[in-house]
Amino acid sequence: MVCIPGLCVRVRRTRCSRNRETPMNDIPNSFTTGPDENGRFGKFGGRFVSETLMPLILDLEAEYEKAKSDKGFWAEMEHLWTHYVGRPSPLYFAERLTARLGGARIYLKRDELNHTGAHKINNVLGQIILARRMGKTRIIAETGAGQHGVATATVCAKFGLKCVVYMGAHDVERQAPNVFRMKLLGAEVVPVTSGRGTLKDAMNDALRDWVTNVRDTFYCIGTVAGPHPYPAMVRDFQSIIGREARAQMQEAEGRLPDTLIAAIGGGSNAMGLFFPFLDEPSVAIIGVEAGGKGVNAKMEHCASLTGGRPGVLHGNRTYLLQDEDGQILEGFSISAGLDYPGIGPEHSWLHETGRAEYVAVTDDEALAAFRFCCEQEGIIPALEPAHALAHVMKIAPELPGDHIICMNMCGRGDKDIFTVARALGLEMGEGG
Amino acid sequence: MTRIDARFAHLKANGRKAFVAYIMAGDPDFATSLELVRGLPGAGVDVIELGLPFTDPMADGPAIQLAGQRALDAGMTLRKTLDLAAAFRKTDDSTPIVLMGYYNPIHSRGVDRFLVEAKAAGIDGLIVVDLPPEEDDELCLPARRTGLSFIRLATPTTDAKRLPRVLQNTSGFVYYVSITGITGAAEARPAEVAPEVARIGAATDLPVVVGFGVNTPEQSEAIAGVADGVVVGSAIVRRVGEGRPVAEVLEFVRSLAEGAHRVGG
Repeated sequence: MVCIPGLCVRVRRTRCSRNRETPMNDIPNSFTTGPDENGRFGKFGGRFVSETLMPLILDLEAEYEKAKSDKGFWAEMEHLWTHYVGRPSPLYFAERLTARLGGARIYLKRDELNHTGAHKINNVLGQIILARRMGKTRIIAETGAGQHGVATATVCAKFGLKCVVYMGAHDVERQAPNVFRMKLLGAEVVPVTSGRGTLKDAMNDALRDWVTNVRDTFYCIGTVAGPHPYPAMVRDFQSIIGREARAQMQEAEGRLPDTLIAAIGGGSNAMGLFFPFLDEPSVAIIGVEAGGKGVNAKMEHCASLTGGRPGVLHGNRTYLLQDEDGQILEGFSISAGLDYPGIGPEHSWLHETGRAEYVAVTDDEALAAFRFCCEQEGIIPALEPAHALAHVMKIAPELPGDHIICMNMCGRGDKDIFTVARALGLEMGEGG
Repeated sequence: MTRIDARFAHLKANGRKAFVAYIMAGDPDFATSLELVRGLPGAGVDVIELGLPFTDPMADGPAIQLAGQRALDAGMTLRKTLDLAAAFRKTDDSTPIVLMGYYNPIHSRGVDRFLVEAKAAGIDGLIVVDLPPEEDDELCLPARRTGLSFIRLATPTTDAKRLPRVLQNTSGFVYYVSITGITGAAEARPAEVAPEVARIGAATDLPVVVGFGVNTPEQSEAIAGVADGVVVGSAIVRRVGEGRPVAEVLEFVRSLAEGAHRVGG
């Protein structure tokens, strides 16, 4: 067994409380070599798709492998990250949050300052450049909160590509501003009413579209889930977050952070922040899932790792919210961006190996953090990173003053103001 | 010899094409769907495809998705689906039953336990849409060791390079998906299907059966004319969804079967 200093205590604690299948001695020497040639992170991941899609996925994998070692590909990415997205995003010392919480030093990685207001565009640029290299002319995407849909519509507009976004009918309603943005950007937004009309149903319908339009269509997945190579590819594109944070923290503090914290729906912003630190044993890693009304038997949450078990959905084996019969359950969260019954397979693997810790916070805790952030830092966070901040607020006061937390502020909250007003019973306008 | 192999051998000996009917287990409820399954052989069905309900049927169109939802709403589960097959087996020991669905309910039950139970229930083969040859270790190989056929889908995107891999561990028959798309959507075109079936047939001794996009007795006849058999699903479950009486649904099934059996018979 490889004992990772600073990690074993946490491993022991989480092992007691959860149902694990991987024995301790499966902890690998490095956490950054996955996935294997079958797209597996341990037993998670894989390629669970219909035969019609299989040749496309193999094609995509081959193209991505080619692009990965092509300097021209990365040069194009770097150029657009800098001049179109506005990277690097700042690493900001949250002085008042730190003072008010009275413990650890809190840094925010400001990915909400990106063009389109979230981390999603980091990945979309990569996939669209790849799609163009593959000669695809039509881009499809699924979206929950609408941030990935907006990012995809944006990049498609920039490159003159046709864009179709599948969005659960319920989300179309609660994320109206993003629906309008996508339409302004020239995308067709398809409200999904099949199944229960949520993000997972939007993903089902996007897969149905893809299987129907295999020749000209590229499926731009918004998170680190789906069949191989998507989880690895999206992670690689999002890892710019962690690479920048690492260099910026060196500059600010002359060392690595002690704790990383990020919110998790599918888990792409978290994977992007975590990945470049996975082999740094001194860095504790915490993913924050959406606890909804509380992780309980009624399943009114979206905490796949905290409240789910392994299963197969949307092309990969991972932790899922499901009933005893293997039927997929609807998640519940105030945040449309976290409202997905699964999670990226690499997170499932990091969970079972104990390299990362996963916790859940409730809607109410996230709302409190949302307001706190607005008032203390003048930053309106999206409801997704408000979940991460809620956990920061729980642990920071208990930590010493030289402990450094780096949290990913992965999106801004403009899209959420209506939801928040409703949840808090506040009037919009009229002051008050 | 398995029931599937025996049935296709018998059909071949008589110069007949196979008619395969799909219905969703438990749609609209257990009793009605059992009555329907029991009526299928009498309506001319050679092989029964029994749908295993799943919340997220990514490869299926609205007709089959809604059928699955009706079944789940009525309390259907994997265990009850096997109970339904077992109840059918009490009165029919020769018509093959192929269970068709998605992997997660099986994964959730546990592959080993599921295979024992499926075999005991009289299931003959499995079609699991989201298990391509790349994932053969999951269920395909264990199923074959248990004596269950694992029927693979071949599609218009399965090119010559990939076909051997698709056929490698397939048994029972090969299911050719006539369109790129979901069940019950576009219409299968015999002129496009014929060369594909010939291409697959040249690479295997197994019968090649064509499904997706077959909705009428005329299409059933036309597709059976260019393959070893034809599958109809969405058009049948759509009628169940409309609340048609079992006898009327079976009458429609009979017309589809007669279409297929007119070929060469």
